[in-house]
Formats: sequence, structure tokens, C-alpha cells
Amino acid sequence: MLKLEVRPQPSQAGSYASPLLALALTVVIGIGLFVVLGKDPVRGLQVFFVEPVKSWYAVGELMVKATPLLLIGLGLAVCFRSNVWNIGAEGQFVIGAVFAGGVALMADKTTGPWIVWAVLAAGVVGGMLWASVTAVLRDRFNANEILVSLMLVYVAVQILNYLVYGPWKDPMGFNFPQTQTFEKVAQVPRLFTGSRVNIGLVLALVGVAGVWLYLARTYSGFAQQVGGLAPAAARYAGFSSRRALWIALLFSGAMAGLAGALEVAGPIGQLTPHVPVGYGFAAIIVAFVGRLHPVGIVFSAILMSMFYIGGELAQSRLGLPKAITGVFQGVLLFALLACDTLIAYRLKWRKS
Amino acid sequence: MESTALLIAASLNAGTVLAIAALGLLINEKAGIVNLGAEGLMLCGALAGFAAVVHFGATGWGFLAGLGAGALLSLVFGWLVIWLNTNQYATGLALSLFGAGFAAFAGIPYTQAKLPDQGMSAVPFLGDIPFIGPALFRQHAMVYFAVFLMLALIWFFYRTRAGLVLRSVGESPESAHALGYPVRRIRLLAVVVGGALCGLAGAYVSTVYTPLWVEGMIAGKGWIALALTTFATWRPARVLLGAYLFGGLTMVQFHLQGMGVNVPSQVLTMMPYLATVVVLVLISRNPMWIRTNMPQSIGKPFYPGA
Repeated sequence: MLKLEVRPQPSQAGSYASPLLALALTVVIGIGLFVVLGKDPVRGLQVFFVEPVKSWYAVGELMVKATPLLLIGLGLAVCFRSNVWNIGAEGQFVIGAVFAGGVALMADKTTGPWIVWAVLAAGVVGGMLWASVTAVLRDRFNANEILVSLMLVYVAVQILNYLVYGPWKDPMGFNFPQTQTFEKVAQVPRLFTGSRVNIGLVLALVGVAGVWLYLARTYSGFAQQVGGLAPAAARYAGFSSRRALWIALLFSGAMAGLAGALEVAGPIGQLTPHVPVGYGFAAIIVAFVGRLHPVGIVFSAILMSMFYIGGELAQSRLGLPKAITGVFQGVLLFALLACDTLIAYRLKWRKS
Repeated sequence: MESTALLIAASLNAGTVLAIAALGLLINEKAGIVNLGAEGLMLCGALAGFAAVVHFGATGWGFLAGLGAGALLSLVFGWLVIWLNTNQYATGLALSLFGAGFAAFAGIPYTQAKLPDQGMSAVPFLGDIPFIGPALFRQHAMVYFAVFLMLALIWFFYRTRAGLVLRSVGESPESAHALGYPVRRIRLLAVVVGGALCGLAGAYVSTVYTPLWVEGMIAGKGWIALALTTFATWRPARVLLGAYLFGGLTMVQFHLQGMGVNVPSQVLTMMPYLATVVVLVLISRNPMWIRTNMPQSIGKPFYPGA
């Protein structure tokens, strides 16, 4: 029978092959699902993998959705590499959006274009503040960061709801729970005409380079990862685990907050209860599928964005519910974790 | 007086959901496995239970379907973390994300469906005692099952050989392995039983507690149940008490909303989540307290040498 055998050294090739293998597995399961649901699997694959890149406009939309995933995923990569389990990025995203929205609502006709930067900075601050709650409770009181950061997601969503149903509701909005649409000057400038791609994409790509430099070329980044891989070694080397915790949470909070700011001051243009759409959770998958490597995360963010757009197209073209995206996301992460086994182990045929 | 009795009754009912899930997770954790997928298990259990009642009628089928869904999904989880040695946190998260996605997807045909209201059955004689009757003895049978489950687990963990073996697998899998116990199979069994209970808790939510199906209806109860095992320092009786405490909190929140207290409803809605954070902080403040009570090998993979 097949047995797992520990490899003398983790396989480098395996760590590159695993995400591709996982994607292949997900596609196979997807084809199976389409067949079971009585849909043409070829059409299904087209909707997910061809249509999102068919035209420049479509590619633009792909980038619009990939941007927040990329930003949050980068932050989470630093977190997970430091062995800090922040799974509340969704909450940090929401509070970032709220802070950004608060600043954007202050703008009026006479405000200068500097306001955009204030909006984005507010988002960063909001995300950091929200993440620092988790950091304080972990640092001072030893409270589990997984549960705390997740609970704070629900709290953040309620804060957003309170504001849009209450004090920040647009008085001219026919009683809909939403704020005014932000002034044009407070909205994130777009890069091209005829596409919704905005400067968020540029910021995210700068983030890719920045995170790569930080992790691969700085002392602090190195200390961060030693703490994640071998806590005992990090202690011996004198790397502070508290410092690592704070850096990881503040950075991922900042990235999620920035993503939230870009989202409300970009494609959405106002605060509504529909700001949280699960990017914070999907970014966890993005980070893992991208091997916690900045460049890998670019690819996985685009892939995950395809899942989102494919899900929307599947709804309009194939009459499948949009929620199919969530199924594929979950399957992809499961498949990846299973395939990752082949990095540290190899399969061996043994007679029993 | 009457309303206090009803409030207690409602709190016990709400606490039961958390108690069954948390006791299931306790079985996992005693065997050394943390299942962060509780939320996904409960959602899938809720959908399976709801669908079963829609198709077959009796609530019993719903509970059975919930148990089955929880067992099946946790079997996948268990196989991944126990045989393929995947990271328990990441795999649990995958289960939560997949469970939420799958339930939202598969549940769409059921969003409009309605279930007959489940009457609470009164215990003869006891149910007629003033105050105590309406507070304690006019409940769904599942409320008593949770108490029974807690007692059964105390007996199992601390009074039986099998329970001792289970705990040893969670404390020191190497020793258990050296003594010849099949560590991985024991862990898998614990994971499946615990997962089935999470599924059952989910089914109770969708078929009895709030008999309807809405996407994401578990609303973090799986995560609160996870926090409860820590809060209870891994003792079954404290798990049950903690669950009732949280159940009470949920109900007080509804009552305040109903009484028109001048607090924004969103503030009341966030109470259980904030309370979970507060409770975690209070209980974790003393690391020694956690460390002496926690199963020693919790979250650590075990791979028997060749």
C-alpha cells in the first residue's frame, strides 16, 4: 500500500508544484460539480478562466478585484511567516473603510486633491488601530489572537452598520442605509479612461516589492521569519517575540485598512453595509496559495479574483448561484494543504 | 416573575446550541486536535438538518442529517491533519471557509422554505411547578441532552479506561504510541465524534432554535464555542456553565432590544462577540492557569516513526 515517507529535505520543486497541482485538482472537482449540476463543463471553465481575460476592460475588472486581495494577502504573508495567526483581516478592512469614509465625507466642493491621500492614510490608521486591539490583548493578556481577531470582525461589521444606519446615513438617500457618495475629489483617481483600475493597483505592486525587500533583504524581516520557523532559535538569538507580534499585526492591519480605504473611495464610492464581501477571508487563501511569497501572492490574487468574477458570470450566464465562488475557494485551500504534504513527505509503495 | 422564567428558559435554549458544539470540540481538544472548522461544520449541519426536515418531515431526521454532515466533513479534516500532517489551524480555517461557501451555495433552494414550529415538550409534573417549571422543564429534549452529554463526558473522561486513553493521546501521543495505542485512529475517532456534535448543534439551530435557513445563520457561534473550551479550561461542567452564560447574554440582548432600551441595536448585537473577547482575556491572563489545564499536545501533529 501507499505510505508516506519523510523526505530528508523538504522538496523545493514540490513547493512550486503544489499550488499548481491544487489548482488542477480544484478544476477537476469543478468540472465534476458542473456535470452534477447539469451544466456544460467547457462553458463553465470558459466563464472562470477565459472570459475574465477576454478584453482589456475585463482584465481591468480582474485587477480591480485582485487589488484588495493582493494588499491584504501581502500583509497576511508577513503575519503567517511570523507565526501570528491574524484571521481578522476582514475586520481591519472594514474599520479601514470606516476611517477612510469618515475623512472622505468631510470633503466638500472646495477641498483640494490632497484629500485622497488623507483618505488612504485614515484607512491605514484605522486598520492598524483595529489590529492593535488584537496585539494588545495577545501581548498583555496572552489572549488567543485567532479567536480575538475573528470576534473583532463581527464587532467591526456592527460598527459599520451602526454608522450607515445611524449618524452617517445620507439624509437625501431615501432612507437607504448608506452614506452620501463621496465627493469626486475624495475618490481614488483612476489610471486609464474606460477602466475602473485605480492607483490602488500601483500601491499594491509597490507593496509587493516592499514586502519582498523586507522579508529577503532586511534584518528585521529575517528576525520575523526566524520567530515563525523556530521560536526557540529566535529566543536564543535574542529576537523579541513581542516585537514580532506587533510588527506582524500592525503591518497586516495597515494593509487591510488600506485595502478597505481603496475599496470605499474607489469602486464603491460610499459606505454601505455591503462593504465587507469576504476579501479578508479570501486573502487568507491567497496568502497560502501564493506560498506566503510576495510574487506568488500576485498570481494567487489574480486567480482568486478570477474566481470572484467567474462566480458573477456563472450567475448571469449559466444561472448558477454566485456563492459557487466560496465553494471553489474552500476546495482550493483544502487541495493546497493536501498537496503540500508532498513537500515534506514522499509517497512510497510498500508491501504490507 | 413570568418573564424572568421565560428569560431563563430562553437562555438555556440558546446555551444548548453552544454547549453541544463546545462539548464536541472538547472531545477533539482532549485528543490533541484543535478544529477551527467548527463554524463551517455548524453551517453545513444546519443546512443538512434543515433540508432533511423539509424533505422527510420529522425533526429527528434533521438531527441525524446534522450529525452525518458534521461527521463526514470532520472525517476529511481529520484525514488531512492526522494522516497528511497538514497544519491544524490552516486546515480548520479551510473547513470554515469551505463550509460557509458550500452551505451558502447548496442552501439557495431552501432560503424560502418554512418549517412547522416545534412545540417545546413539558416534563410531566415538574413542568407544572410555578416559576421552576416554565424556566427549566418546558424545553426541547435537546436541552436535556446537552446536560446528559456533559455528565456522560465527565464519566467518560475521568472514570473510564477509554477516556484515559483519549486524554493520554492528547497529553503525550508519543507515550500512548509507545504503549501500543493506535494514536492516529483514536484521534480520528475523536475528531469525527466531535465534528458530528458540531453538526448536530447546527441542525438544532436551523430546525428548532430558529426554524429557517439563512446564509451564514450560525453567525460566529462555532467560534464562540471554540473560545468556550478555553474559557472552561477544558472541563465539561464548566463548558456547560459557560455556554449558559453566553446563552443568557444573547437573550438579555434580545430582551433589551424588545423593551426598547435606548441603545443602538448594533451595540447589543456585538455584545456576545465582545463578551467572548473579554472572557478570553480574563481567562488567559494567567498563562500558568491555562498551561496546567490545557492538553499538552494540543495542536501538535503526531507522526509515528516507521
